[in-house]
Amino acid sequence: MSKLELVFKEKSKRVLNVYCTAGYPSLDSTMKVMGSLQKNGADIIELGMPYSDPLADGEVIQVSSIKALANGMNIAVLFDQIKDMRKSISIPVILMGYMNPILQYGFENFCKKAKEVGVDGLILPDLPLFEFEQSYGKIITENNLDFIFLVTPETPVDRIKKLDSLSNGFLYAVSSSATTGKDKDFNVVAQYLQKLQAMQLKNPILVGFGIKDKATFDAATLHTQGAIIGSAYIQQLTKGGDIETTTSQFLNSVLGA
Amino acid sequence: MNLFNVDENYQNPTMEGYYGDFGGAYIPEMLYGNVETLKTQYLQIMQDPIFQAEFQYLLKDYVGRPTPLFLAERLSKEIGATIYLKREDLCHTGAHKINNTVGQIILAQRLGKKKIIAETGAGQHGVATATVCALKGMECVIYMGEKDIERQAPNVARMKMLGATVIPAKSGSKTLKDATNEAIRAWINEPNETHYIIGSVVGPHPYPDMVARFQSVISEEIRKQLKEKTGNELPTHVVACVGGGSNAAGAFYHFLNEPSVNLVAVEAAGHGVNSGLSAATTQLGTPGILHGSKSIVMQTSDGQVVEPHSISAGLDYPGIGPLHAFLYESKRGIFLSATDEEALESAFHLSKIEGIIPALETAHAFSVLPKMNLKASDVVVVCLSGRGDKDLATYMEHL
Repeated sequence: MSKLELVFKEKSKRVLNVYCTAGYPSLDSTMKVMGSLQKNGADIIELGMPYSDPLADGEVIQVSSIKALANGMNIAVLFDQIKDMRKSISIPVILMGYMNPILQYGFENFCKKAKEVGVDGLILPDLPLFEFEQSYGKIITENNLDFIFLVTPETPVDRIKKLDSLSNGFLYAVSSSATTGKDKDFNVVAQYLQKLQAMQLKNPILVGFGIKDKATFDAATLHTQGAIIGSAYIQQLTKGGDIETTTSQFLNSVLGA
Repeated sequence: MNLFNVDENYQNPTMEGYYGDFGGAYIPEMLYGNVETLKTQYLQIMQDPIFQAEFQYLLKDYVGRPTPLFLAERLSKEIGATIYLKREDLCHTGAHKINNTVGQIILAQRLGKKKIIAETGAGQHGVATATVCALKGMECVIYMGEKDIERQAPNVARMKMLGATVIPAKSGSKTLKDATNEAIRAWINEPNETHYIIGSVVGPHPYPDMVARFQSVISEEIRKQLKEKTGNELPTHVVACVGGGSNAAGAFYHFLNEPSVNLVAVEAAGHGVNSGLSAATTQLGTPGILHGSKSIVMQTSDGQVVEPHSISAGLDYPGIGPLHAFLYESKRGIFLSATDEEALESAFHLSKIEGIIPALETAHAFSVLPKMNLKASDVVVVCLSGRGDKDLATYMEHL
């Protein structure tokens, strides 16, 4: 059983996945941020690999990516930083990023290295289904990495089923068609999540985009197994201050602990 | 003579939008619906007789087509070959860009869209988009790099006068690449009612093919006009500047499968190809993904997209359309470059000897003519893609 499957086996509700940008706020803060997330109640870590032109990301994550790149972050540096992460991090770690930097690193090498350091899965928003099925999916599977597709309120039912069947670990439900960090109308979102719930998909569902506090986390997890928070956490890190304190305060406020 | 295999694929990418290894649609799932609708419907809509009737009518009576093919006698004498100018600068709004926006606005109406967004570099595509939106009564939002807003002030004023909202792109290098990022993000945020009119042969499939087809009217006319003037519809060379490559795609299109026609694409070398301040993508780039398609991209070894430089906002782009990447790789196209300085010289020179003030982008195409070792028997068509009014501020600094 994969690490991600275990998470959902042990906890069927209110699973919290938190996104952080590698190399942000400072180049060497990656492990510290991950450690704080684990300590303060995150169930999964989504580690973003910064890219100069992140199409699916809103301003907050864009700015953190540009800063991380300026700090000197890249894929090789990241793998070096997290090479011993399994000595301290026991929760699943998913890498999120865009195709171009990975292609330059070498897609197969990237998957091998990710597996080697203990990464559990990948979220690559600009790797579409067609290309996944043509070639990349095979490489991901051969390296025993989970791949997580995104679905949106506009994704047709047949396509949701297909994306679910090819995903492992969980399915990423984008709360509405939008970039990250935008506010959503959660009544509309709820209908869509109920629809997904009723489909009885193979994978658990985590909702992302627009989850920023206890209210939105509660609303998002009413019909699903959990949610993903990104921009709201990055915003807290951007304010500066001690990472451990910031993370503890923020996650406590979201989880209502 | 070129040694390449005539390949249908130059005009017809695969179902998934590939020209050789280049193209495709590397887009987030949030754009899937919009792009899929376009992909399944664009050819059908474009081939519909009612669509064609309206498109041809607007090209003729609104855009002012066909544009003339002009024999540049003094330039011909100087270069030592027969040089024709395809006068896209005489199109309504002053550049070829409107060929595409007229087509896409009719298509957007067919798809039931209410709002148009577009990116722009030099502002020519922005103006052409704002123009057709005014014509059709559609809401129009243009994304433009903050740096380009400064250096192309007249076009910004024109867009506003035409009723468009101009939103400055403040990320990255604040030029065309970043305006394109912002436009794509805006499209993600409101996909249902909005159509994104991409201005070049870039972006996810079907945009490169769709834009090339709308611009192909340029080479369609060149063939007819050349036949009338010379008795032969094939020139020996077609020369066009390339940023993303829409005027080049249009000027090359009906010659792609004519092996005797040399297709010459001219990129912006900026301060010089190896100066660190350049936009010569095929010389400096490597295969990569930018704005939804696989092509040749200027990037670091880590895969971060590099900020290019060109004096011309329209060529200041770190990528190139996938068709052009394929023309480059297969050697069907000849890729040359011209520096900022050479382009400025050409702009002044063309103005003096032919009485035509070209856009800075277009001026790059003229800079390579003396370097091409042309023979007296050569018949060269240069795509005069746009006029220079928008660049007067830059030209005035060099008078």
